[in-house]
Amino acid sequence: MSALLAVEGLDVRHGLLQAVREVSLDVAEGETLALVGANGAGKSTLLRAIAGAHRPAAGRIVFAGRDITRMPAHRRARAGIALVPEGRRLFPELTVEENLRVATASRRPGPWTVEEVLEAFPLLEPLRRKRAASLSGGEQQATAIGRALMTNPRLLLLDEVSLGLAPVVVEGVYRSLATLIESGTTIILVEQDLARAMRVADRVICMLEGRVVLEGLRGQLTREQVTGAYFGLRQGATA
Amino acid sequence: MTWVAAVVHGILLGGYYALLAAGLALMFGVMRIINLAHGSLALVGAYMAFLLVEHTGWSTYLTLLPVLPGALIVGYLLQRTMLERSLRAGQLVPLLTTFGLLIVIANLLQEFFSPDVHSLDAGRIGTAAWQISSELSIPWFDVLTLGIALAVLGGLQLVLRFTQLGRELRATAADADTAELLGVNARAVYARATAIAVAVAALAGVFYGMRSGFDPSQGGAELLYAFEAVVIGGIGSLWGTLGGGIVLGVSQEIGAQINPEYFAIGGHVVFLAVLVARSASQASRIRYALRRFA
Repeated sequence: MSALLAVEGLDVRHGLLQAVREVSLDVAEGETLALVGANGAGKSTLLRAIAGAHRPAAGRIVFAGRDITRMPAHRRARAGIALVPEGRRLFPELTVEENLRVATASRRPGPWTVEEVLEAFPLLEPLRRKRAASLSGGEQQATAIGRALMTNPRLLLLDEVSLGLAPVVVEGVYRSLATLIESGTTIILVEQDLARAMRVADRVICMLEGRVVLEGLRGQLTREQVTGAYFGLRQGATA
Repeated sequence: MTWVAAVVHGILLGGYYALLAAGLALMFGVMRIINLAHGSLALVGAYMAFLLVEHTGWSTYLTLLPVLPGALIVGYLLQRTMLERSLRAGQLVPLLTTFGLLIVIANLLQEFFSPDVHSLDAGRIGTAAWQISSELSIPWFDVLTLGIALAVLGGLQLVLRFTQLGRELRATAADADTAELLGVNARAVYARATAIAVAVAALAGVFYGMRSGFDPSQGGAELLYAFEAVVIGGIGSLWGTLGGGIVLGVSQEIGAQINPEYFAIGGHVVFLAVLVARSASQASRIRYALRRFA
């Protein structure tokens, strides 16, 4: 398998705070990778750096064989990287359909069109002319995912898509994700719910205080190993 | 009847103010830039039309064909070379930059065109009027100006509502970082917004030149009227800008009706009254919120 995305020795800072420290990881085409870790472990910052919303202080990001470390965010979107940001970040005054159509700015033709997105998220069909601000949390999340899909991404980054949603809504969101994963879209997802992350992902990476502390394929890791790394306990101490 | 005439003329004058203010409102709505050079850029449009009329003998209306595309280019370059950098340095810096631009433009115009008053020929429309009664006559030119203002504001509204550029403009105005993540080149969107704003300013400037004489120092005064129209109409809405322009025009004409010297002050008084009323209602809302909190 060839790596679609390669992150090498990445450092990202928020002012004085170093949120991501020397992180290296590879993602193969078609793979689903879950990033887990406690709040403040640097998962969101890592995703945002990959998408171009944060400039890294050091290190390299290579996407589809091209060094994109210095590339502005809109050109990364046009190259095929899409981020569903934490908190959804819809354009509140725009309608659902307008929110989706903004993403055609990425100029990436492909299977995802407004009609396709509405078919994949049937709950949005009756809402297409409603302002995004008037939607419920689950409807907003579906719009945010649909909007990212409208860029026809090769790599989809999902940041805490289940945050603040009712469990039944989360089920719906993950059902749609399952179809995406089957269709071969490469995905990196940040998820607080460990069990869910370990169920959908091919591979799990656990971060702690900005570093990768544990990495493994789904079958190879036990829940205890991950929780141990999650809280920064030594492997020996958990046994 | 003279009061009716004052109101009618005020409404027509409001069309001109709306045209002048549209670009200002657009730039503030999209980038939160208050372009203090807006009136000066309008004036540059008038001078460019004057230059073309002098050298080619064209009618003033025909000069719009090269002046407006020229203004689009000037606006685009202005954003890419100056305003973009200022914007990165914080909200206050564009204010300083455009204030500097206002002074530079006024001095350059004075250098090239002398401080004399120039004017543009409005053709036959400029003098024709409908005589409704002995007190009320409606000049064709004012009706044309109002018509152009309606067309420009309506056109902008349609662009914002139904085109990809409009969606990108609204999305970038709401959240530029997120728009970038979807492939929107926010800087290019900003530059296009400024290009449109400067072109509309130049259009307003040419109409200003046909309405009355102009000299290099007038950029600031025109800016003030445009600014008042935007504030009265409520910031961020194009139709509000039209309403604001009309309220301003009517207040000025009514002021002038009371005493010819009260023309400008009539507008300023209403502008201040709107400001005070807004901040009072804001203050009472804050007090109410605090009381609920306590």
